[in-house]
Amino acid sequence: MSSAKTSSVTAAHSVVEPSPASRRIAGALVILYALVTLVPLAWIFLTSIKSPPDSISYPPKILFTPSLEGYCNLFTTRTRQTPDYIAALPPPSGVCDAVTRERNMVIAGPSNFLPRFTNSLIIAFGSTFLAVSLGTLAAYGFSRFKVPLADDLLFFILSTRMMPPIAVAIPIYLMYRQLGLSDTALGMMLLYTAVNVSLAVWLLKGFIDEIPREYEEAAMIDGYTRLQAFFKVVLPQATTGIAATAIFCLIFAWNEYAFASLLTSGSAQTAPPFIPTIIGEGGQDWPAVAAGTTIFLVPILVFTILLRKQLLRGITFGAVRK
Amino acid sequence: MAEVTLKGVTRSFGDKRAVDSLDLHIADGEFVVLLGPTGAGKTTTLRLIAGLEKPDAGTVEIGGRPMNGASPAGRDVAFVFQQYSLYPHLTVYENLAFPLRSPARRMDKATLDARVRQVAKMVRIDHKLENRSTRLSGGEMQRVAIGRALVRRPSIYLMDEPLSSLDAKLRGELRLELKRIQKELGATLLYVTHDQIEAMTMADRIGILAEGKLVQIGTPREIYANPANLHVAARLGQPHINLVPPGLLPDAATPAGTRTVGARTEHLEIARTEGGVAGNAEVDWIEHLGDQNHLHIKVGGHKLVTLADPDLPVEAGDRISVRLRQPLYFGSDGQRLA
Repeated sequence: MSSAKTSSVTAAHSVVEPSPASRRIAGALVILYALVTLVPLAWIFLTSIKSPPDSISYPPKILFTPSLEGYCNLFTTRTRQTPDYIAALPPPSGVCDAVTRERNMVIAGPSNFLPRFTNSLIIAFGSTFLAVSLGTLAAYGFSRFKVPLADDLLFFILSTRMMPPIAVAIPIYLMYRQLGLSDTALGMMLLYTAVNVSLAVWLLKGFIDEIPREYEEAAMIDGYTRLQAFFKVVLPQATTGIAATAIFCLIFAWNEYAFASLLTSGSAQTAPPFIPTIIGEGGQDWPAVAAGTTIFLVPILVFTILLRKQLLRGITFGAVRK
Repeated sequence: MAEVTLKGVTRSFGDKRAVDSLDLHIADGEFVVLLGPTGAGKTTTLRLIAGLEKPDAGTVEIGGRPMNGASPAGRDVAFVFQQYSLYPHLTVYENLAFPLRSPARRMDKATLDARVRQVAKMVRIDHKLENRSTRLSGGEMQRVAIGRALVRRPSIYLMDEPLSSLDAKLRGELRLELKRIQKELGATLLYVTHDQIEAMTMADRIGILAEGKLVQIGTPREIYANPANLHVAARLGQPHINLVPPGLLPDAATPAGTRTVGARTEHLEIARTEGGVAGNAEVDWIEHLGDQNHLHIKVGGHKLVTLADPDLPVEAGDRISVRLRQPLYFGSDGQRLA
């Protein structure tokens, strides 16, 4: 009698809550999906700590002696020397020195990776900042003021996303050559900003529309100008949307390859077009390529982890209206 | 504190006139309530005074100075919104301090702190100063919203149905508190509501708005006892005023031209029919409210509602006699005759 009662109580759970069984199935599916998507990343990371022979051995080695050779090669340029010359050198000053000498080479100087990576950081974060700032202001304007032809303007802004950006590569190339923006960090920043700002305006307009105007009106009556009210009242409430938008913009600018390889070659080159060039330098150095890719993933990973709470709230935002 | 004058203020939205050549004078230290149904232009009137809307015509004067073109910040008014009034990213303390921290005011920290704490005590929220404003109950939120208006000493306080989202008990409490605070500060206050009890209990003067026009303004007593027309009469009184054709009920003297007779409880004399006298009305049913009863009466196809003493010995189906005692008479245009 009492056991029957208990079981009926356990069975009677909320209609909207998933049952424990379906929860477990959902969890297993998510884990499976995560594993599948993580395999390439794990492969890249493992390759980055293999020695060059291990990296191309067939069948692939799952167990191997880790080596820093990939990272050493990524950050340095090396010259081949005779064993006698190397034997005559003073003892190696660091791990990379030692690793390089084993291959009958000495470090000649730093590679271009660090400056290229720095370019990537400056251009991607700079353009993200610009796109999100401009996008926020534009979205606020569209959301709060009567802009003539607002709908047409918004459509026009969106329409810049309707073709693949690379379709305008040639005109931009010619324009940039005329303006002296080719192979400059500023040029790349402006380009990525131009591509991202449409996305930013549309995403942020949705977020700002959701913030009731009464807050700004209250602030304006409380003695603030509209601009002060915008910074004091609207911006703090739009952080979720701004964070989500910033991540999307950053991911685009960070990963962009086509424009970067077309418009940059020297001082403003970013990491994406640089990493493949490693292959050309003295044999196919897969560990160095993998090391470059691994390091390339880090900033976006850190940025996303820092903002993941806002991102999660951001992408589910507006799905349920109150 | 200052007096506020509206002269011929008009504001249209599309082809709808939200406020239609409105003239209104609020004296220094006066508590004026604007009463009217949804869409009567109450909120628009407040927003016009605050500078959140620009009038199409007419002027708003605060303290004798015309305010045309002045920004909301430059008008020195305080506004309590119906809802959404607290900044969700700030604590209660920061919400209260927000108006004082405006760059236009520049108040030193000690004065600011003293003022915030004094007002927090006044609206009885001083025990929750460090709470996030989103972690408050509805009543507490609205007290903070009122407090945020009170930290300043503006020319006029504008309040837009500040109590309407609260439950009845809280509304009653805050109504009293608000009146007490207004008296304490000697504040000029324009208050908008559609709740006749709030209007009757708090106002020095009530203005009745209908379709953007000020229909009548006067003390609560005047508005209640001497309504200018049917519309005003219908806004006040619980239960709702009974509107019947002349001649339906026995009356001393009906003025010529009467189209409608308005009768509230105090205008109806009810007596049980005794002996052989045939009553002119029948009790339809009785609503027991505890301290009093609502008596629903049928008279020749018309239904009347009136208050009755719970001890009145009548039951549904009883015949009773009803006669008028100095009711309100309205002509065919709805205007009051006598």
